[in-house]
Amino acid sequence: MNENSRAGGYNFAYLDEHTKRMIRRAILKAIAIPGYQVPFGSREMPLPYGWGTGGIQVTAAVIGPADVLKVIDQGSDDTTNAVNIRRFFVRTTGVRVTGRASDATIIQTRHRIPETPLREGQIIVYQVPIPEMLRWLEPREAETRKMHALSEYGAMHVKLYEDIARYGHIATTYDYPVIVNEHYLMRPSPIPKFDNPKLHMNPALQLFGAGREKRIYAVPPYTAVRSLDFEDHPFEIQRWQHACELCGAADSFLDEVIIDNEGARMFVCSDSDYCTQRRDAHRRAVA
Amino acid sequence: MDTANALTPGLDNPVYDSIKVFRAVADAMAHPGVIRHVQARPPAPAQLMPAAAAICLSLLDFETPLWLQHGQPAVGDYLKFHCGCPLAPQPRAAAFALITDTVSMPGPSVFNTGDPEYPDRSATLLVQVASLSNASGVRLGGPGLREPVYLDVAGIPAAYWRELQANHASFPCGVDVVFVWGERIAALPRTTVVTC
Repeated sequence: MNENSRAGGYNFAYLDEHTKRMIRRAILKAIAIPGYQVPFGSREMPLPYGWGTGGIQVTAAVIGPADVLKVIDQGSDDTTNAVNIRRFFVRTTGVRVTGRASDATIIQTRHRIPETPLREGQIIVYQVPIPEMLRWLEPREAETRKMHALSEYGAMHVKLYEDIARYGHIATTYDYPVIVNEHYLMRPSPIPKFDNPKLHMNPALQLFGAGREKRIYAVPPYTAVRSLDFEDHPFEIQRWQHACELCGAADSFLDEVIIDNEGARMFVCSDSDYCTQRRDAHRRAVA
Repeated sequence: MDTANALTPGLDNPVYDSIKVFRAVADAMAHPGVIRHVQARPPAPAQLMPAAAAICLSLLDFETPLWLQHGQPAVGDYLKFHCGCPLAPQPRAAAFALITDTVSMPGPSVFNTGDPEYPDRSATLLVQVASLSNASGVRLGGPGLREPVYLDVAGIPAAYWRELQANHASFPCGVDVVFVWGERIAALPRTTVVTC
């Protein structure tokens, strides 16, 4: 940790110690009840709601001076949200930051899971806009709580079935519903369904923070996470006709990028760290 | 000697010590049964083991009523002063409980196990024990464990393990247990499957 790089006048990691204790207790209960949304006293943060205030509060409560932080936004380390949040933690904690998923001890993410497999001991913090998977099906909180308590998720299956009736396949492509440890229906935050299989039995501790909605939830390491599906319409991830045009990866999530006024486009890895490392490795092999 | 003079200091550095303590507890909860080391030794009263003292100082405050199994005044005064936590008159009213005698301790169902709709409003039990070992003992499985872990806790009656099995069966309700031995801890969240 570099004490000198820390802005004065603030506590370590911005939040006061009482707030951190409250969030830490919520995280412990969240780990003990995988997939259950623990209410917490979300604070005003120096960023507007929708910019990851939940994820920032979770990260602020778990980060220590010895941690190495990586922040991504849609897979990229260099987009506005990621740059802002990384700078916030550099100024308030002085921790080391990195772009490499394998070097980080804490990864805060907006809407992607890195392609590089996570390892035991790492913590990944997701920014969650709406934590309640059932909210658009049942607006009453008292009802959704009862549905969760009874693990009664027929309504969610009906929603997926309506997709099949209308489009012939399950058309949900991101924020795809999952069942954690065979009990709680959980919103994986708006990650593409491509990333859903990475939630299952992941060695890292996965924490989810929703600031505006004041909820924290967790998936402990090595926990079963099953994407909802039907026997005759099994869960499938997205596939592309293309490989990444920069690094040649055929196994990563691709972004379609428009590159000129004629509408020409190219497909590139959404995970910029993964793409860069593959290109570096290729360059080293050639040289 | 009056209380003010008898009180010993809390954590050396509350900000940096409590994050280390919390990470050890979170790590223990995320890997049930696996013994972890808590790196803080506050000069607490002798009845409090170092890890139990560190956890209390890091996680308790005015929002978390604490139940002391034997109502130890030295421990109560110490934690009331440093954490500002109220002492719970009955186990049911406690958010945290400190258990110092495993032979006479009440079963997990005596504590607040939460509500099916709010299972997070449940107690966390700190159980001080004479030793912990991963070499043998009951078999643990469930979330957090890729393969089974064995945990031997000295002085835990066989009936208590059965009560912990019932605690697991009442998921999502239940209490979460942290066994403490000196500076070491092993956690048993309600999701853990115990095979005796």
